[in-house]
Amino acid sequence: MRAYFSLLRIRFINGLQYRAAALAGISTQFAWGFMEILAFSAFYRANPDAFPMEFSQLVQYIWLQQAFLGVIVPWSWGGNITETIVNGNIAYELVRPMNLYNRWYFESLANRLANAAMRCLPILAVAFLLPAPFRMNLPANLGGLGLFAVSLTLTVLVVSAYVILDYISVFYTMSRYNAIFSVAADFLAGGYIPLSFFPATLRRILELSPFGAMQNLPLRIFNGEIAGSDAMWGIALQVFWLIVMVLLGKLLMKHSLKRVVAQGG
Amino acid sequence: MKLYLKYFAINLKCQMQYKAAFFIHLLSRVVLSFATVASVLVMFARFNEVEGFTLSQVLLCASAILMSFSITEVFARGFDIFPRLLGNGEFDRYLVRPRGIIYQVTASHMEFGRLGVFVQAIAVLCYAIPNSGVVWTWDKILTLFLMITCGAVVFAGLYIIFASFTFFTTEGLEFMNILTHGGKEFGRYPFVIYGGGILKFLTYVVPLAVVQYYPLLYLLGMEDGVFYMLCPLFGILFLIPSYIFFRIGLRRYKSIGA
Repeated sequence: MRAYFSLLRIRFINGLQYRAAALAGISTQFAWGFMEILAFSAFYRANPDAFPMEFSQLVQYIWLQQAFLGVIVPWSWGGNITETIVNGNIAYELVRPMNLYNRWYFESLANRLANAAMRCLPILAVAFLLPAPFRMNLPANLGGLGLFAVSLTLTVLVVSAYVILDYISVFYTMSRYNAIFSVAADFLAGGYIPLSFFPATLRRILELSPFGAMQNLPLRIFNGEIAGSDAMWGIALQVFWLIVMVLLGKLLMKHSLKRVVAQGG
Repeated sequence: MKLYLKYFAINLKCQMQYKAAFFIHLLSRVVLSFATVASVLVMFARFNEVEGFTLSQVLLCASAILMSFSITEVFARGFDIFPRLLGNGEFDRYLVRPRGIIYQVTASHMEFGRLGVFVQAIAVLCYAIPNSGVVWTWDKILTLFLMITCGAVVFAGLYIIFASFTFFTTEGLEFMNILTHGGKEFGRYPFVIYGGGILKFLTYVVPLAVVQYYPLLYLLGMEDGVFYMLCPLFGILFLIPSYIFFRIGLRRYKSIGA
Protein backbone atom coordinates (compact mmCIF):
# COMPACT_ATOMS: atom_id res chain seq x y z
CA MET A 1 0.00 0.00 0.00
CA ARG A 2 2.85 2.36 0.78
CA ALA A 3 4.23 1.91 -2.71
CA TYR A 4 0.95 3.12 -4.18
CA PHE A 5 0.90 6.19 -2.01
CA SER A 6 4.41 7.15 -2.97
CA LEU A 7 3.40 6.63 -6.59
CA LEU A 8 0.50 8.96 -5.96
CA ARG A 9 2.87 11.53 -4.47
CA ILE A 10 5.45 11.31 -7.28
CA ARG A 11 2.80 11.73 -9.95
CA PHE A 12 1.17 14.56 -8.09
CA ILE A 13 4.43 16.50 -7.70
CA ASN A 14 5.27 15.73 -11.30
CA GLY A 15 1.93 17.17 -12.38
CA LEU A 16 2.52 20.35 -10.41
CA GLN A 17 5.60 21.08 -12.54
CA TYR A 18 3.63 22.29 -15.50
CA ARG A 19 2.54 25.65 -14.19
CA ALA A 20 2.68 27.53 -17.50
CA ALA A 21 0.55 24.83 -19.07
CA ALA A 22 -1.87 25.18 -16.19
CA LEU A 23 -2.10 28.92 -16.74
CA ALA A 24 -2.88 28.42 -20.42
CA GLY A 25 -5.38 25.78 -19.42
CA ILE A 26 -7.07 28.03 -16.92
CA SER A 27 -7.61 30.80 -19.44
CA THR A 28 -8.93 28.32 -21.99
CA GLN A 29 -11.36 26.83 -19.53
CA PHE A 30 -12.39 30.25 -18.46
CA ALA A 31 -13.21 31.34 -21.99
CA TRP A 32 -14.94 28.04 -22.55
CA GLY A 33 -17.17 28.42 -19.52
CA PHE A 34 -17.98 31.97 -20.51
CA MET A 35 -19.12 30.91 -23.99
CA GLU A 36 -21.25 28.14 -22.50
CA ILE A 37 -22.99 30.56 -20.21
CA LEU A 38 -23.61 32.93 -23.13
CA ALA A 39 -25.17 30.09 -25.14
CA PHE A 40 -27.44 29.11 -22.27
CA SER A 41 -28.41 32.72 -21.69
CA ALA A 42 -29.61 32.93 -25.30
CA PHE A 43 -31.92 30.00 -24.61
CA TYR A 44 -32.98 31.60 -21.36
CA ARG A 45 -33.92 34.79 -23.21
CA ALA A 46 -35.89 32.74 -25.76
CA ASN A 47 -38.05 31.13 -23.12
CA PRO A 48 -37.29 31.50 -19.38
CA ASP A 49 -40.19 29.20 -18.45
CA ALA A 50 -38.66 26.23 -20.24
CA PHE A 51 -35.46 26.59 -18.22
CA PRO A 52 -35.34 23.69 -15.73
CA MET A 53 -33.51 25.72 -13.07
CA GLU A 54 -32.72 29.27 -12.06
CA PHE A 55 -30.15 30.93 -14.28
CA SER A 56 -27.85 31.44 -11.30
CA GLN A 57 -27.94 27.68 -10.67
CA LEU A 58 -26.78 27.08 -14.21
CA VAL A 59 -23.95 29.56 -13.73
CA GLN A 60 -22.89 27.67 -10.59
CA TYR A 61 -23.00 24.40 -12.52
CA ILE A 62 -20.82 25.68 -15.36
CA TRP A 63 -18.15 27.38 -13.24
CA LEU A 64 -17.90 24.47 -10.87
CA GLN A 65 -17.61 22.14 -13.82
CA GLN A 66 -14.76 24.19 -15.29
CA ALA A 67 -13.02 24.51 -11.93
CA PHE A 68 -13.04 20.78 -11.27
CA LEU A 69 -12.78 19.70 -14.89
CA GLY A 70 -9.47 18.02 -14.19
CA VAL A 71 -10.94 15.57 -11.70
CA ILE A 72 -14.35 14.91 -13.18
CA VAL A 73 -13.89 14.33 -16.91
CA PRO A 74 -14.14 10.69 -17.89
CA TRP A 75 -10.93 10.66 -19.92
CA SER A 76 -7.31 10.50 -18.90
CA TRP A 77 -4.94 13.40 -18.47
CA GLY A 78 -1.47 13.36 -19.88
CA GLY A 79 -1.25 9.64 -19.38
CA ASN A 80 0.52 7.50 -21.93
CA ILE A 81 -0.95 4.24 -20.77
CA THR A 82 -2.74 3.49 -24.04
CA GLU A 83 0.51 4.25 -25.82
CA THR A 84 2.39 1.68 -23.74
CA ILE A 85 -0.19 -0.98 -24.51
CA VAL A 86 0.03 -0.38 -28.24
CA ASN A 87 3.81 -0.05 -28.47
CA GLY A 88 4.56 -2.96 -26.19
CA ASN A 89 6.21 -1.14 -23.31
CA ILE A 90 3.49 -2.63 -21.18
CA ALA A 91 5.83 -5.63 -20.83
CA TYR A 92 7.99 -3.57 -18.45
CA GLU A 93 4.99 -2.83 -16.31
CA LEU A 94 4.10 -6.48 -16.14
CA VAL A 95 7.40 -7.57 -14.68
CA ARG A 96 7.12 -5.11 -11.81
CA PRO A 97 5.98 -6.60 -8.53
CA MET A 98 2.92 -4.37 -8.41
CA ASN A 99 -0.65 -4.98 -9.22
CA LEU A 100 -1.20 -3.30 -12.57
CA TYR A 101 -4.77 -2.30 -11.86
CA ASN A 102 -3.89 -0.54 -8.63
CA ARG A 103 -0.90 1.08 -10.24
CA TRP A 104 -2.97 2.55 -13.06
CA TYR A 105 -5.68 3.57 -10.67
CA PHE A 106 -3.35 5.57 -8.46
CA GLU A 107 -1.55 7.07 -11.42
CA SER A 108 -4.77 8.26 -12.94
CA LEU A 109 -5.96 9.56 -9.59
CA ALA A 110 -2.75 11.50 -9.03
CA ASN A 111 -2.82 13.09 -12.48
CA ARG A 112 -6.34 14.22 -11.82
CA LEU A 113 -5.61 15.67 -8.41
CA ALA A 114 -2.55 17.57 -9.61
CA ASN A 115 -4.48 18.98 -12.54
CA ALA A 116 -7.36 20.17 -10.40
CA ALA A 117 -5.17 21.39 -7.55
CA MET A 118 -3.65 24.02 -9.81
CA ARG A 119 -6.75 24.99 -11.70
CA CYS A 120 -9.71 24.98 -9.38
CA LEU A 121 -8.90 27.88 -7.07
CA PRO A 122 -7.96 30.51 -9.70
CA ILE A 123 -11.05 29.68 -11.75
CA LEU A 124 -13.35 29.84 -8.74
CA ALA A 125 -11.74 33.03 -7.49
CA VAL A 126 -12.37 34.86 -10.75
CA ALA A 127 -15.84 33.36 -11.09
CA PHE A 128 -16.83 34.78 -7.70
CA LEU A 129 -15.70 38.27 -8.76
CA LEU A 130 -17.44 38.50 -12.12
CA PRO A 131 -20.28 41.01 -12.71
CA ALA A 132 -23.85 39.99 -12.00
CA PRO A 133 -25.30 37.47 -14.43
CA PHE A 134 -22.01 35.60 -14.72
CA ARG A 135 -21.09 35.67 -11.07
CA MET A 136 -20.75 32.44 -9.20
CA ASN A 137 -22.59 32.32 -5.88
CA LEU A 138 -22.32 30.09 -2.87
CA PRO A 139 -25.23 27.67 -2.53
CA ALA A 140 -28.27 28.98 -0.68
CA ASN A 141 -28.09 26.03 1.66
CA LEU A 142 -24.58 25.79 3.05
CA GLY A 143 -25.32 22.40 4.60
CA GLY A 144 -25.17 20.99 1.08
CA LEU A 145 -21.46 21.75 0.90
CA GLY A 146 -20.57 18.72 3.01
CA LEU A 147 -22.61 16.43 0.78
CA PHE A 148 -21.03 18.10 -2.23
CA ALA A 149 -17.54 17.31 -0.95
CA VAL A 150 -18.40 13.67 -0.31
CA SER A 151 -20.05 13.30 -3.68
CA LEU A 152 -17.21 15.02 -5.53
CA THR A 153 -14.70 12.66 -3.94
CA LEU A 154 -16.77 9.67 -4.98
CA THR A 155 -17.06 11.07 -8.50
CA VAL A 156 -13.29 11.21 -8.82
CA LEU A 157 -13.03 7.60 -7.65
CA VAL A 158 -15.80 6.44 -10.01
CA VAL A 159 -14.36 8.25 -13.00
CA SER A 160 -10.88 6.85 -12.39
CA ALA A 161 -12.32 3.35 -12.33
CA TYR A 162 -14.24 4.08 -15.53
CA VAL A 163 -11.16 5.29 -17.35
CA ILE A 164 -9.36 2.04 -16.56
CA LEU A 165 -12.12 0.11 -18.30
CA ASP A 166 -11.26 2.29 -21.28
CA TYR A 167 -7.57 1.33 -21.02
CA ILE A 168 -8.42 -2.34 -20.79
CA SER A 169 -10.43 -2.13 -23.98
CA VAL A 170 -7.21 -1.13 -25.75
CA PHE A 171 -5.86 -4.63 -25.01
CA TYR A 172 -8.63 -5.97 -27.22
CA THR A 173 -8.73 -3.38 -30.00
CA MET A 174 -5.10 -2.24 -30.11
CA SER A 175 -6.34 1.15 -31.19
CA ARG A 176 -5.35 4.45 -29.68
CA TYR A 177 -8.67 5.97 -30.50
CA ASN A 178 -11.05 4.51 -28.00
CA ALA A 179 -12.46 7.94 -27.35
CA ILE A 180 -15.94 6.51 -27.88
CA PHE A 181 -16.25 5.57 -24.23
CA SER A 182 -15.00 8.80 -22.80
CA VAL A 183 -16.98 11.10 -25.07
CA ALA A 184 -20.17 9.13 -24.63
CA ALA A 185 -19.67 9.14 -20.88
CA ASP A 186 -18.95 12.85 -20.85
CA PHE A 187 -22.17 13.57 -22.67
CA LEU A 188 -24.28 11.15 -20.62
CA ALA A 189 -22.87 12.46 -17.34
CA GLY A 190 -23.88 16.01 -18.10
CA GLY A 191 -20.56 17.26 -19.44
CA TYR A 192 -22.11 19.02 -22.42
CA ILE A 193 -25.38 20.11 -20.88
CA PRO A 194 -26.67 19.38 -17.37
CA LEU A 195 -28.88 16.32 -17.14
CA SER A 196 -31.68 18.60 -15.90
CA PHE A 197 -32.18 19.70 -19.51
CA PHE A 198 -32.71 16.13 -20.75
CA PRO A 199 -36.23 14.79 -21.38
CA ALA A 200 -37.68 13.38 -18.14
CA THR A 201 -37.54 9.63 -18.86
CA LEU A 202 -34.06 9.74 -20.29
CA ARG A 203 -32.91 11.83 -17.36
CA ARG A 204 -34.27 9.36 -14.83
CA ILE A 205 -32.55 6.43 -16.55
CA LEU A 206 -29.26 8.31 -16.70
CA GLU A 207 -29.48 9.30 -13.06
CA LEU A 208 -29.59 5.62 -12.11
CA SER A 209 -26.83 4.64 -14.54
CA PRO A 210 -23.11 4.84 -13.76
CA PHE A 211 -23.01 8.11 -15.70
CA GLY A 212 -25.38 9.76 -13.27
CA ALA A 213 -22.86 8.83 -10.58
CA MET A 214 -20.23 11.02 -12.23
CA GLN A 215 -20.12 14.85 -12.36
CA ASN A 216 -23.90 15.11 -12.54
CA LEU A 217 -24.40 14.48 -8.83
CA PRO A 218 -21.89 16.76 -7.08
CA LEU A 219 -22.58 19.69 -9.41
CA ARG A 220 -26.31 19.45 -8.91
CA ILE A 221 -25.94 19.03 -5.16
CA PHE A 222 -23.93 22.24 -5.11
CA ASN A 223 -26.44 24.27 -7.08
CA GLY A 224 -29.24 22.98 -4.90
CA GLU A 225 -31.15 20.93 -7.47
CA ILE A 226 -30.57 17.74 -5.55
CA ALA A 227 -30.83 17.93 -1.78
CA GLY A 228 -31.68 15.98 1.37
CA SER A 229 -32.60 12.32 0.98
CA ASP A 230 -32.25 12.47 -2.81
CA ALA A 231 -28.64 13.46 -2.38
CA MET A 232 -28.02 10.66 0.13
CA TRP A 233 -29.61 8.19 -2.24
CA GLY A 234 -27.42 9.46 -5.07
CA ILE A 235 -24.31 9.07 -2.97
CA ALA A 236 -25.30 5.49 -2.13
CA LEU A 237 -25.62 4.83 -5.85
CA GLN A 238 -22.16 6.28 -6.39
CA VAL A 239 -20.71 3.84 -3.86
CA PHE A 240 -22.56 0.99 -5.58
CA TRP A 241 -21.21 1.89 -9.05
CA LEU A 242 -17.73 2.41 -7.69
CA ILE A 243 -17.66 -1.13 -6.31
CA VAL A 244 -19.15 -2.60 -9.49
CA MET A 245 -16.68 -0.82 -11.75
CA VAL A 246 -13.60 -1.66 -9.72
CA LEU A 247 -14.60 -5.34 -9.56
CA LEU A 248 -15.40 -5.39 -13.26
CA GLY A 249 -12.11 -3.72 -14.06
CA LYS A 250 -10.10 -6.21 -12.00
CA LEU A 251 -11.92 -9.11 -13.61
CA LEU A 252 -11.43 -7.86 -17.16
CA MET A 253 -7.82 -7.04 -16.44
CA LYS A 254 -7.18 -10.62 -15.36
CA HIS A 255 -8.81 -11.91 -18.51
CA SER A 256 -6.99 -9.56 -20.86
CA LEU A 257 -3.57 -10.11 -19.29
CA LYS A 258 -3.97 -13.83 -19.82
CA ARG A 259 -4.09 -13.29 -23.56
CA VAL A 260 -1.64 -10.41 -23.88
CA VAL A 261 1.20 -11.05 -26.32
CA ALA A 262 4.21 -8.78 -26.08
CA GLN A 263 5.77 -8.44 -29.48
CA GLY A 264 9.21 -7.21 -30.31
CA GLY A 265 11.61 -5.39 -28.10
CA MET B 1 0.10 18.51 -57.62
CA LYS B 2 1.02 15.09 -58.97
CA LEU B 3 3.29 14.61 -55.99
CA TYR B 4 0.46 15.64 -53.67
CA LEU B 5 -1.75 12.93 -55.12
CA LYS B 6 1.02 10.45 -54.55
CA TYR B 7 1.30 11.54 -50.92
CA PHE B 8 -2.47 11.25 -50.71
CA ALA B 9 -2.42 7.69 -52.02
CA ILE B 10 0.38 6.64 -49.68
CA ASN B 11 -1.34 8.14 -46.66
CA LEU B 12 -4.54 6.38 -47.59
CA LYS B 13 -2.88 3.02 -48.20
CA CYS B 14 -0.96 3.25 -44.93
CA GLN B 15 -4.06 3.83 -42.92
CA MET B 16 -6.04 1.14 -44.70
CA GLN B 17 -3.49 -1.44 -43.58
CA TYR B 18 -5.06 -1.37 -40.15
CA LYS B 19 -8.69 -1.59 -41.12
CA ALA B 20 -10.17 -2.32 -37.69
CA ALA B 21 -8.24 0.53 -36.13
CA PHE B 22 -9.32 2.80 -38.95
CA PHE B 23 -12.98 2.03 -38.49
CA ILE B 24 -12.80 2.35 -34.72
CA HIS B 25 -11.20 5.73 -35.20
CA LEU B 26 -13.86 6.71 -37.72
CA LEU B 27 -16.60 5.51 -35.41
CA SER B 28 -15.14 7.33 -32.43
CA ARG B 29 -15.17 10.54 -34.46
CA VAL B 30 -18.81 9.95 -35.36
CA VAL B 31 -19.67 9.52 -31.69
CA LEU B 32 -17.58 12.54 -30.81
CA SER B 33 -19.45 14.85 -33.11
CA PHE B 34 -22.70 13.13 -32.29
CA ALA B 35 -22.39 14.51 -28.78
CA THR B 36 -22.25 18.00 -30.30
CA VAL B 37 -25.39 17.40 -32.34
CA ALA B 38 -27.17 15.53 -29.56
CA SER B 39 -26.71 18.47 -27.25
CA VAL B 40 -28.53 20.63 -29.81
CA LEU B 41 -31.33 18.06 -30.01
CA VAL B 42 -31.67 17.91 -26.23
CA MET B 43 -31.88 21.69 -25.96
CA PHE B 44 -34.50 21.87 -28.69
CA ALA B 45 -36.61 19.19 -27.05
CA ARG B 46 -37.24 21.91 -24.48
CA PHE B 47 -36.96 25.15 -26.45
CA ASN B 48 -38.56 25.93 -29.80
CA GLU B 49 -36.13 28.52 -31.00
CA VAL B 50 -33.05 30.43 -30.02
CA GLU B 51 -32.56 33.99 -31.20
CA GLY B 52 -35.16 33.27 -33.89
CA PHE B 53 -33.49 30.13 -35.26
CA THR B 54 -35.37 26.84 -35.30
CA LEU B 55 -33.96 23.35 -34.78
CA SER B 56 -33.43 22.51 -38.44
CA GLN B 57 -31.87 25.90 -39.10
CA VAL B 58 -29.43 25.39 -36.24
CA LEU B 59 -28.66 21.88 -37.51
CA LEU B 60 -27.94 23.28 -40.96
CA CYS B 61 -25.49 25.66 -39.37
CA ALA B 62 -23.98 22.92 -37.19
CA SER B 63 -23.46 20.48 -40.04
CA ALA B 64 -21.74 23.09 -42.22
CA ILE B 65 -19.27 23.99 -39.48
CA LEU B 66 -18.66 20.33 -38.61
CA MET B 67 -17.87 19.60 -42.25
CA SER B 68 -15.45 22.52 -42.48
CA PHE B 69 -13.74 21.42 -39.33
CA SER B 70 -13.39 17.81 -40.39
CA ILE B 71 -11.96 18.74 -43.79
CA THR B 72 -9.32 20.77 -41.99
CA GLU B 73 -8.64 17.97 -39.54
CA VAL B 74 -7.98 15.51 -42.34
CA PHE B 75 -5.84 17.71 -44.58
CA ALA B 76 -4.14 20.07 -42.15
CA ARG B 77 -3.50 17.44 -39.51
CA GLY B 78 0.24 18.11 -39.75
CA PHE B 79 -0.24 21.50 -38.11
CA ASP B 80 -2.29 20.00 -35.31
CA ILE B 81 0.54 17.63 -34.37
CA PHE B 82 3.17 20.26 -35.08
CA PRO B 83 4.74 20.18 -31.58
CA ARG B 84 5.43 16.50 -32.21
CA LEU B 85 7.01 17.21 -35.62
CA LEU B 86 9.36 19.71 -34.03
CA GLY B 87 10.10 17.47 -31.09
CA ASN B 88 11.06 14.35 -32.99
CA GLY B 89 13.10 16.16 -35.62
CA GLU B 90 10.79 15.33 -38.50
CA PHE B 91 10.40 19.02 -39.24
CA ASP B 92 14.16 19.42 -39.69
CA ARG B 93 14.04 16.89 -42.50
CA TYR B 94 11.40 18.97 -44.26
CA LEU B 95 13.72 21.93 -44.21
CA VAL B 96 16.33 20.23 -46.34
CA ARG B 97 13.92 19.03 -49.00
CA PRO B 98 13.30 21.05 -52.16
CA ARG B 99 9.61 21.62 -51.58
CA GLY B 100 7.60 24.22 -49.67
CA ILE B 101 7.39 23.72 -45.92
CA ILE B 102 3.66 24.19 -45.63
CA TYR B 103 3.21 21.87 -48.59
CA GLN B 104 5.21 19.13 -46.90
CA VAL B 105 3.55 19.51 -43.53
CA THR B 106 0.11 19.15 -45.06
CA ALA B 107 1.02 16.40 -47.50
CA SER B 108 2.87 14.14 -45.06
CA HIS B 109 0.08 13.87 -42.54
CA MET B 110 -3.48 13.17 -43.50
CA GLU B 111 -5.71 11.35 -41.13
CA PHE B 112 -8.70 9.90 -42.83
CA GLY B 113 -10.27 8.57 -39.66
CA ARG B 114 -11.14 12.15 -38.89
CA LEU B 115 -13.64 12.04 -41.73
CA GLY B 116 -15.98 10.48 -39.18
CA VAL B 117 -17.21 13.95 -38.34
CA PHE B 118 -17.88 14.57 -42.01
CA VAL B 119 -19.90 11.37 -42.34
CA GLN B 120 -22.02 12.39 -39.42
CA ALA B 121 -22.42 15.94 -40.67
CA ILE B 122 -23.76 14.62 -43.97
CA ALA B 123 -26.42 12.68 -42.08
CA VAL B 124 -27.40 15.82 -40.18
CA LEU B 125 -27.45 17.82 -43.39
CA CYS B 126 -29.77 15.27 -44.98
CA TYR B 127 -32.19 15.90 -42.15
CA ALA B 128 -31.74 19.66 -42.10
CA ILE B 129 -31.95 20.36 -45.83
CA PRO B 130 -35.58 19.37 -46.40
CA ASN B 131 -36.73 20.69 -43.00
CA SER B 132 -35.07 24.07 -42.91
CA GLY B 133 -37.57 25.63 -45.31
CA VAL B 134 -34.84 26.78 -47.70
CA VAL B 135 -35.75 26.83 -51.38
CA TRP B 136 -32.65 25.27 -52.90
CA THR B 137 -31.81 27.37 -55.93
CA TRP B 138 -28.31 27.43 -57.40
CA ASP B 139 -27.25 30.47 -55.41
CA LYS B 140 -28.22 28.79 -52.12
CA ILE B 141 -26.25 25.69 -53.05
CA LEU B 142 -23.27 27.88 -53.88
CA THR B 143 -23.61 29.65 -50.53
CA LEU B 144 -23.58 26.38 -48.63
CA PHE B 145 -20.60 25.20 -50.66
CA LEU B 146 -18.74 28.42 -49.87
CA MET B 147 -19.60 28.15 -46.18
CA ILE B 148 -18.11 24.67 -45.99
CA THR B 149 -14.99 25.21 -48.10
CA CYS B 150 -14.09 28.67 -46.83
CA GLY B 151 -14.83 27.49 -43.30
CA ALA B 152 -12.22 24.78 -43.78
CA VAL B 153 -9.79 27.49 -44.95
CA VAL B 154 -10.37 29.60 -41.84
CA PHE B 155 -9.84 26.59 -39.58
CA ALA B 156 -6.68 25.78 -41.54
CA GLY B 157 -5.49 29.35 -40.88
CA LEU B 158 -6.09 28.82 -37.17
CA TYR B 159 -4.13 25.57 -37.24
CA ILE B 160 -1.24 27.32 -38.97
CA ILE B 161 -1.24 30.00 -36.28
CA PHE B 162 -1.30 27.30 -33.62
CA ALA B 163 1.70 25.68 -35.31
CA SER B 164 3.53 29.00 -35.60
CA PHE B 165 3.26 29.56 -31.86
CA THR B 166 5.07 26.26 -31.47
CA PHE B 167 8.20 27.83 -32.99
CA PHE B 168 8.33 30.11 -29.96
CA THR B 169 7.11 27.80 -27.22
CA THR B 170 7.93 24.28 -28.53
CA GLU B 171 4.89 23.10 -26.60
CA GLY B 172 1.41 23.33 -28.04
CA LEU B 173 -0.65 26.18 -26.72
CA GLU B 174 -3.83 24.95 -25.14
CA PHE B 175 -5.33 28.37 -25.57
CA MET B 176 -5.74 27.93 -29.31
CA ASN B 177 -8.25 25.16 -28.55
CA ILE B 178 -10.87 27.71 -27.73
CA LEU B 179 -10.69 28.92 -31.33
CA THR B 180 -10.26 25.59 -33.14
CA HIS B 181 -12.28 23.08 -31.15
CA GLY B 182 -14.25 25.88 -29.57
CA GLY B 183 -15.04 27.29 -33.02
CA LYS B 184 -16.50 23.95 -34.00
CA GLU B 185 -18.23 23.34 -30.69
CA PHE B 186 -19.77 26.79 -30.27
CA GLY B 187 -20.26 27.20 -34.02
CA ARG B 188 -23.14 24.75 -33.81
CA TYR B 189 -25.29 27.78 -32.99
CA PRO B 190 -25.22 30.88 -35.20
CA PHE B 191 -22.59 33.09 -33.56
CA VAL B 192 -25.07 35.91 -33.04
CA ILE B 193 -26.52 34.15 -29.98
CA TYR B 194 -23.31 34.86 -28.05
CA GLY B 195 -23.96 38.59 -28.24
CA GLY B 196 -22.58 41.56 -30.19
CA GLY B 197 -19.07 41.62 -28.75
CA ILE B 198 -18.32 38.01 -29.58
CA LEU B 199 -19.86 38.43 -33.03
CA LYS B 200 -17.63 41.42 -33.79
CA PHE B 201 -14.57 39.53 -32.61
CA LEU B 202 -15.49 36.58 -34.82
CA THR B 203 -16.07 38.88 -37.77
CA TYR B 204 -13.05 41.15 -37.73
CA VAL B 205 -10.37 39.29 -35.76
CA VAL B 206 -10.96 35.59 -36.34
CA PRO B 207 -13.38 35.45 -39.27
CA LEU B 208 -15.40 32.43 -38.20
CA ALA B 209 -18.72 34.29 -38.31
CA VAL B 210 -17.92 35.32 -41.87
CA VAL B 211 -18.22 31.70 -42.99
CA GLN B 212 -21.07 30.87 -40.66
CA TYR B 213 -23.52 33.52 -39.49
CA TYR B 214 -23.68 35.96 -42.43
CA PRO B 215 -24.00 33.40 -45.23
CA LEU B 216 -26.48 31.51 -43.07
CA LEU B 217 -28.70 34.60 -43.08
CA TYR B 218 -28.60 34.54 -46.87
CA LEU B 219 -29.26 30.82 -46.96
CA LEU B 220 -32.33 31.16 -44.77
CA GLY B 221 -33.60 34.13 -46.78
CA MET B 222 -33.28 36.53 -43.84
CA GLU B 223 -30.98 38.77 -45.89
CA ASP B 224 -30.71 38.84 -49.64
CA GLY B 225 -27.71 40.98 -50.47
CA VAL B 226 -25.15 39.27 -52.67
CA PHE B 227 -22.61 40.46 -50.13
CA TYR B 228 -23.96 38.01 -47.55
CA MET B 229 -23.73 35.20 -50.07
CA LEU B 230 -20.12 35.89 -51.03
CA CYS B 231 -19.09 36.80 -47.51
CA PRO B 232 -17.26 33.48 -46.90
CA LEU B 233 -14.70 34.45 -49.52
CA PHE B 234 -13.35 37.03 -47.08
CA GLY B 235 -12.44 34.15 -44.82
CA ILE B 236 -9.74 33.16 -47.30
CA LEU B 237 -7.95 36.43 -46.54
CA PHE B 238 -7.32 35.03 -43.08
CA LEU B 239 -4.61 32.86 -44.61
CA ILE B 240 -2.47 35.96 -45.23
CA PRO B 241 -1.83 36.87 -41.57
CA SER B 242 -1.48 33.19 -40.66
CA TYR B 243 1.09 32.71 -43.40
CA ILE B 244 3.05 35.81 -42.38
CA PHE B 245 3.04 34.67 -38.78
CA PHE B 246 4.28 31.26 -39.84
CA ARG B 247 7.15 32.82 -41.81
CA ILE B 248 8.14 34.96 -38.82
CA GLY B 249 8.18 31.89 -36.61
CA LEU B 250 10.13 29.91 -39.16
CA ARG B 251 12.78 32.60 -39.49
CA ARG B 252 13.67 32.46 -35.83
CA TYR B 253 13.41 28.70 -35.61
CA LYS B 254 16.36 26.83 -34.16
CA SER B 255 16.23 23.11 -34.36
CA ILE B 256 15.24 21.41 -31.17
CA GLY B 257 14.79 17.96 -32.62
CA ALA B 258 16.51 14.87 -31.45
